[in-house]
Amino acid sequence: MSKEWPLWEVFIRSQHGLAHKHVGSLHAPDAAMAINNARDVYTRRNEGVSIWVVRAADIVSSAPSDKGPLFEPSNSKVYRHPTFFPMPEEVKNL
Amino acid sequence: MDNKVNYLLRLGDNAMVLSQRLAELCGKGPALEEDMALSNVSLDLLGQTRMWYSYAAELEGKDRDEDKIAFLRDAHDYKNVILVEQPNGNYGMTLMRQFFFDTWHYFLIGALTKASDTRIAEIAEKSLKEVTYHLRRSGDLVVRLGDGTDLSRQLMQSAADELWMYSGEVFIYDEVDEAMAAAGIAPPAATLREQWLAHVSDIFGEATLTMPPADAWMQRGGKQGRHSEHLGYLLAEMQFLQRAYPGSEW
Repeated sequence: MSKEWPLWEVFIRSQHGLAHKHVGSLHAPDAAMAINNARDVYTRRNEGVSIWVVRAADIVSSAPSDKGPLFEPSNSKVYRHPTFFPMPEEVKNL
Repeated sequence: MDNKVNYLLRLGDNAMVLSQRLAELCGKGPALEEDMALSNVSLDLLGQTRMWYSYAAELEGKDRDEDKIAFLRDAHDYKNVILVEQPNGNYGMTLMRQFFFDTWHYFLIGALTKASDTRIAEIAEKSLKEVTYHLRRSGDLVVRLGDGTDLSRQLMQSAADELWMYSGEVFIYDEVDEAMAAAGIAPPAATLREQWLAHVSDIFGEATLTMPPADAWMQRGGKQGRHSEHLGYLLAEMQFLQRAYPGSEW
């Protein structure tokens, strides 16, 4: 077993926010302690009402080198934005 | 001194001295996460200290505020139990001292939320959530390290054996404590001790640690101002600024 504690990514749901947001990372030997540590490190200033922790190693991410093929094609497709529909005056807060 | 003022100072001094001990580890914890957790506990205790001291100062009605109570009293006027002034030692010692304290503190503060004095009940109510977390955290760490590696178990066991004789002073009531119990403020010593022993026994069981005998001889005297040699050094560091530059402000 490695002597280094594994890395965990921490997500906090703030008082008013709907979704958990990534706030940073920390080291902990297991999930229960990762939650405790996240509470101690990331909610000291009343930041949250709920914590998620995920092992950093379990996160699968897109490769930076794939940026071109993955994301650039959508650059030129403005028709995918719903901005071409005329909206009636009466509809508010859309 | 009025019994209630005396009792409030005892509550405040326990929190003050342990807070100062934990603050010594700020920036020196074994891991960043532990460091911050300990500092959080230290700050929680400092916040509680201020509430106890402020109320004591009000009742006393003399020219003393929370700062004067903290910074201008010598060791023999401090009324904390001897457990909390013990040095941090190795991390096992720090944690075991904390666990013994937190267990007592949790049951005491819980009982104080029903105190006949509403101000005390309010302070206890405000502190209870903090204290609940402190106990959960220190109990969890005692289990992890007790039931951990050979070395960690050995360190936790020797910390328990070494600190055990300081763990019982909180249950040895003198006339001040008895007066507070009679007034419906402090819980009876026997109840508190039973709850403490039961919880410590549970956690030690889980941690595969051997609990020293409950009827062992216990140190006493801190509440009456008779301290171990460690408190003087702690206060010298804590009070230095106010002693060297009286009345200086942040």
